[in-house]
Amino acid sequence: MLETIERRRRRKPKLTDELITLAHGAGGKSSHVLVEALFLEELGNPLLAPLADAAVFSQNHTRLALTTDSYVVKPLFFPGGSIGELAVNGTVNDLAMIGARPLYLTAGFIIEEGFPTADLRRIAASMGAAARAAGIAIVAGDTKVVERDKGDGVYINTAGIGVLERDVDLTPTNVRPGDQILVSGTLGDHGMAVMVARGNLELEVDLESDTAPLAELVAGLLDATDGVRCLRDLTRGGLATVLNEIALTAEVGIVIDESRLPVRPEVHGACEILGIDPLYVANEGKLMAIVAPEAASAALAALASHEQGIDAEIVGHVREAQPGLVVLETAFGGRRVVDMLVGDPLPRIC
Amino acid sequence: MRFVDEYRSGKVARELSHQIEKLLEPGREYKLMEVCGGHTHTIYKHGVENLLPPGVDLIHGPGCPVCVIPMGRVDDAIAIAERDRVIFTTFGDMMRVPGGNGCLLEAKARGADVRMVYSPLDALRIARENPDREVVFFAIGFETTTPSTALTLLRARAEGIRNFFVFANHVTIIPAIRAILDSPDLRLDGFIGPGHVSTVIGTGPYRFIARDHGKPLVVAGFEPLDVLQAAFMVMLQLAEGRCEVENQYSRVVREGGNPRALEAIAETMELRSTFEWRGLGFISQSALKLREEFGDWDAEVRYDIPGVRVADPKACQCGEVLKGVIKPWECKVFGTACTPEKPIGTCMVSSEGACAAYYNYGRFSRRLETLTT
Repeated sequence: MLETIERRRRRKPKLTDELITLAHGAGGKSSHVLVEALFLEELGNPLLAPLADAAVFSQNHTRLALTTDSYVVKPLFFPGGSIGELAVNGTVNDLAMIGARPLYLTAGFIIEEGFPTADLRRIAASMGAAARAAGIAIVAGDTKVVERDKGDGVYINTAGIGVLERDVDLTPTNVRPGDQILVSGTLGDHGMAVMVARGNLELEVDLESDTAPLAELVAGLLDATDGVRCLRDLTRGGLATVLNEIALTAEVGIVIDESRLPVRPEVHGACEILGIDPLYVANEGKLMAIVAPEAASAALAALASHEQGIDAEIVGHVREAQPGLVVLETAFGGRRVVDMLVGDPLPRIC
Repeated sequence: MRFVDEYRSGKVARELSHQIEKLLEPGREYKLMEVCGGHTHTIYKHGVENLLPPGVDLIHGPGCPVCVIPMGRVDDAIAIAERDRVIFTTFGDMMRVPGGNGCLLEAKARGADVRMVYSPLDALRIARENPDREVVFFAIGFETTTPSTALTLLRARAEGIRNFFVFANHVTIIPAIRAILDSPDLRLDGFIGPGHVSTVIGTGPYRFIARDHGKPLVVAGFEPLDVLQAAFMVMLQLAEGRCEVENQYSRVVREGGNPRALEAIAETMELRSTFEWRGLGFISQSALKLREEFGDWDAEVRYDIPGVRVADPKACQCGEVLKGVIKPWECKVFGTACTPEKPIGTCMVSSEGACAAYYNYGRFSRRLETLTT
């Protein structure tokens, strides 16, 4: 029976839904089905096929990386940042995760009629500051205004281009049994800060989004060791989703140790109250690194020496057994599967 | 985190596990049912089963509030949600429960105004803020959630809010346990009793289980050590030949329950003569409806509810899972036709549902587990 399920999990997904629901945008299983069974089928080409954070191609003996991301967040301003920082850092980080040095971004704005100009200026200013902090420039842009009630204030799309100056390949297929899994810091900070900032939970928690550019942290890590196999930023869907994608792509088993997962007490508490698992909650300034076993301590030291990696931890390892499956060893002494979510985490009723 | 970590100590768990092992009669198989979906969730989330010795099996009972809602009621909810002017509010985990005509998440995609709330009071606030709309709350759950619906109704009346309606689907736990005890397939040694429900109803209502059916029951809290300790207490009763109702969750549960909550329920709701439970069929006096005095807030009075009974899909064995007759993975469609992405049965939807919990968290049985590296 278990083999049947695993086979089915790995089968080419079929999109049977007649309408797009919010689940298709939540980064879990439904999003994957949509991308693979619709977009990949219609747009498929060798550069797109790996579905990596960014596509890599060569032009005049220079390896370039190209990526894009759209940003829709409610509220637009939250403790620790705004949609502006996210739109810059998110795209910068997608480039950083494949080992590229980010160079230039484009920005497209879809603005709702009636949106305050002052807010738009605040967003643009935060984008400018984030771009300077990340050492990149926003060099092209586009503006569209849609009718009132046809958008949530403002949506932003950014695309980014970067250059691969190192001879690295950080795709999941490099992952081998025995490799160690690291995270650069506490899990779930951004997602929980935004959930609390929406204000409908009546929770008072002092939490800030962790939005930050990670290119420097990655450069430090790649300088310190050549044992890095795979990097991913922990965004929508959290660590659980990223690990599942890697386990399925690399056909390896993954074990993580609950007692070593860094989670802020405030995030842990809010998650307990809401019945949400921090493993699925988004970050916007944290990464996961899989490194060769002998590189683990150097990698940990490199991450921890950087401001953005102070709370870095080795949280698990890769194994041969049970390929495709992510298993959590609970602090309680038990074990459980950590699967991808279907859609957004649904809070439990009691 | 204080008041949580203490109840998740791996060290204490290993000690308890060792104590349970000492109580085993050689060759005997023990089957304990945790009635409550919250316990099922805890058991899988923390891997409690890994700490039970072989021969002690946990059977997951009918106490998942989402799992027991019949398909016809989901269709009724969608019919209300798709009316003009209605804002339909629901707990998050009802969003994906399939009726005969899709789920609320799909109704939302088709244009219905369906909103997720954390409490019926949030629904009442939405009603207050949208006086030109009709706000309906999809009230589901056992005695755990019933008091909050009752208090919300009382507040709606006190504030004179007339655009707020409750679609009542509250169920009661005792008739469900009785149905399981009366089932001819029953082969249980004891019960781990619900925690939150017991904070409301107390421990008295369970006495008949020990007295008339000869099964021990221990009311338990929701942390993994609570569940493990309750399992130990049931096993100890069995070893000592006792058969009683005991309370492991004494830091919260009182023998008499919560009289004010019970009063609020009694003031606003009364028993229905019968109600359909998914998989268990019709059980008499097992659910609540609003009292006539609250007719102005009753969605079933306000709207024409289709009320069409939808038979469970033939392939679905939720009923047998809910009664503990089969384990989730023994169901014909488990993990193949029925998955959390496309659930056929409700047990696959909520993370409290035995099938979803098993699929998401436990998808290797203890016997098949080969954790070696």
